[in-house]
Amino acid sequence: MATDGLHENETLASLKSEAESLKGKLEEERAKLHDVELHQVAERVEALGQFVMKTRRTLKGHGNKVLCMDWCKDKRRIVSSSQDGKVIVWDSFTTNKEHAVTMPCTWVMACAYAPSGCAIACGGLDNKCSVYPLTFDKNENMAAKKKSVAMHTNYLSACSFTNSDMQILTASGDGTCALWDVESGQLLQSFHGHGADVLCLDLAPSETGNTFVSGGCDKKAMVWDMRSGQCVQAFETHESDINSVRYYPSGDAFASGSDDATCRLYDLRADREVAIYSKESIIFGASSVDFSLSGLGLIVFSESTHRYLRIESEIVPCN
Amino acid sequence: MAQGSGDQRAVGIADPEESSPNMIVYRKIEDIITKMQDDKTGGVPIRTVKSFLSKIPSVVTGTDIVQWLMKNLSIEDPVEAIHVGSLIAAQGYVFPISDHVLTVKDDGTFYRFQAPYFWPSNCWEPENTDYAIYLCKRTMQNKARLELADYEAENLARLQRAFARKWEFIFMQAEAQVKIDRKKDKTERKILDSQERAFWDVHRPVPGCVNTTEMDIRKCRRLKNPQKSVYGVTEESQSQSPVHIPSQPIRKTTKEDVRKQITFLNAQIDRHCLKMSKVAESLIAYTEQYVEYDPLITPAEPSNPWVSDDIALWDIEMSKEPSQQRVKRWGFSFDEILKDQVGRDQFLRFLESEFSSENLRFWLAVQDLKKQPLQDVAKRVEEIWQEFLAPGAPSAINLDSHSYEITSQNVKDGGRYTFEDAQEHIYKLMKSDSYARFLRSNAYQDLLLAKKKPESEQGRRTSLEKFTRSVAYIEKTHSQVNQLDDKCLELHLRKGSQGEEQQCVCLRIQGWRESLKVGLCRLQAVVPNSLYTEYHPAFSDLQRLALQPSRIKKKKI
Repeated sequence: MATDGLHENETLASLKSEAESLKGKLEEERAKLHDVELHQVAERVEALGQFVMKTRRTLKGHGNKVLCMDWCKDKRRIVSSSQDGKVIVWDSFTTNKEHAVTMPCTWVMACAYAPSGCAIACGGLDNKCSVYPLTFDKNENMAAKKKSVAMHTNYLSACSFTNSDMQILTASGDGTCALWDVESGQLLQSFHGHGADVLCLDLAPSETGNTFVSGGCDKKAMVWDMRSGQCVQAFETHESDINSVRYYPSGDAFASGSDDATCRLYDLRADREVAIYSKESIIFGASSVDFSLSGLGLIVFSESTHRYLRIESEIVPCN
Repeated sequence: MAQGSGDQRAVGIADPEESSPNMIVYRKIEDIITKMQDDKTGGVPIRTVKSFLSKIPSVVTGTDIVQWLMKNLSIEDPVEAIHVGSLIAAQGYVFPISDHVLTVKDDGTFYRFQAPYFWPSNCWEPENTDYAIYLCKRTMQNKARLELADYEAENLARLQRAFARKWEFIFMQAEAQVKIDRKKDKTERKILDSQERAFWDVHRPVPGCVNTTEMDIRKCRRLKNPQKSVYGVTEESQSQSPVHIPSQPIRKTTKEDVRKQITFLNAQIDRHCLKMSKVAESLIAYTEQYVEYDPLITPAEPSNPWVSDDIALWDIEMSKEPSQQRVKRWGFSFDEILKDQVGRDQFLRFLESEFSSENLRFWLAVQDLKKQPLQDVAKRVEEIWQEFLAPGAPSAINLDSHSYEITSQNVKDGGRYTFEDAQEHIYKLMKSDSYARFLRSNAYQDLLLAKKKPESEQGRRTSLEKFTRSVAYIEKTHSQVNQLDDKCLELHLRKGSQGEEQQCVCLRIQGWRESLKVGLCRLQAVVPNSLYTEYHPAFSDLQRLALQPSRIKKKKI
């Protein structure tokens, strides 16, 4: 296939058909390696069984829907942001509110806790991501110290600090992701490739890795190299928006939750979808997914229900 | 059931609006509802029930609905079936005939199905004029069952004030509606009235109920143009809602885009991939290895703070004494030991004993470089170069000539990825060489087996405890580094509690300012017939407080 040189007599249509045939060939190649199903191999793992999830704490204080939350590395503090424009930092163990700030816009769709625990980032309909240092000085006005870091041309859907307080990764309704230097607000790298709004992202859990995965309204999940800005792998098997993506704890795979009411597991080494989690009685889309520490459990949140799925084979509902 | 991912279905969508997230849900529900009402294929029994003065047409009990859901959607738990039923009701596809609150109960309560005209998939967004017409109409009909509820009466009063000027118009519309309704058959009217009421229960819910028509603002853009009136009233002032501007794809696909795609696809075809069996094995092996560390599955010890309200577990994790389980984890992979602060320190100490700590210190320095703000990057690159790579560097690392070439080229540009290649080499080197030896070393094995030291163990512990406390005191009282001067702190450790022979050690911690190096010493406890050295992890804390990068100078006493 000629990919070098520019052939002016190539029409868009011929290029598209070339791409389609390549896609077909790729699928064929991948299918050759599909010698077993994950859930077959998983049968040897002990089933999770009926899992009763209990509410341990209820944090009250937001005036409207809570859109996003993030844990601090100390495993007890949380930052949450809401449709009412408020961002609150809680010590969830004691349920005390430690900090609160009102954003100038409603629908704060993204928030993140800095690895040091000394700052938070948030944004939403203002198209920006702002960083607020957390101070325990009662006299200080948190809003006064606000630093505007990221600027997008549409809403901010997700943000995350890298393993440092100094860089932030953002995803936006403008279809791009971007990496920013917090101090200077400078754009370090941008990531183009999604065909529609990007709704979520997750950083790879490796000490040495430089990758992250993003999911969007174009039904694609894309894995990016932070250094080059290139997309290294892409997966397009969902039938609707991907609302949430999360790496498997080993970093070799990731799960995605979508409005098509399924969650899927994609493995990076097989470059393929390796499992689908769905159930006839689950009608609504999954809004958020996460793994338990060992990866054995995949927790999915969907339209006010929580379902606990066992990663490898079956879905075990719980109250 | 999890399905295999053999066939990647191509999704052919004729109408892009049909694929909007809401539509997907609506079509699923409509599919269920249609099946439920189909008595040829085992639908629910919809019948007319005789009530004491009249008949109640076309109803089904909650229990019937729940039973049907359990059978037809393969639901085992009735609670789940009730939940699904309630979700369907909340969207407005089925409703209780005698309640404004849209839930489904597993009992003899009667429910009715919503008319397709009122289905949410028609994208209704009724204006307040419509609602006013409806409430007005209700007051015109003199029937007990159509009396307004309190919240409805309040709403009507509010609307009358808001629409004072056009109330005549609204009144006329309401009258027209009443006339139309009167022409209908009595039974049909009962059904239609209840369906209309259910429609308004969705779009103007009872206070306290969630409004299911509220949209996620991120998904709004793809909705069809909404229909504004169920009564066919067109308002001149109705403008298109800003959130309903149909969304176009971000930009049109160009030739360049497709060429990029082709390049990408070719790269993917050339990619070396693993077989599913290998991949599955790896994922499962990981899970099996980490299950004991997963608090959701294996109860944490001493207890899960969220369950017991006791934060002992977190205190233990924060302390510098690693548990056996934690030490075991360092052996799982090189990344594990690098992730854990305590593990890193242990590994560093081991490397120092072998005089090969420059590799790890280089790796750590490069990690740190990547975390720096942009403005500090160039300076740090230079520092790292000078320390580890320049000719005559004090902590020279061993790189092959190829990597060295690349790195010295990169240093000229001084970006945060300058040492990426070198770091990768050093990582691999440490992983295959030093890490492997560390795992076999006495230091690691002792920690792993939590080897009990003979007699003086007790005494040493006490000394260590005292020492730790003293250090903690120092840290607390001298937390502001800038305020310290050259204090020389001497701590005398007492003899062991058993009174056994133990050499006292005098520790000196010099200088807390950035320019001074933190002095470290080894705590020596002499026991009969053996020499034991212990490196107290608290020193790494002191070192961090002194804001120095990893520069640990050993000081023999």
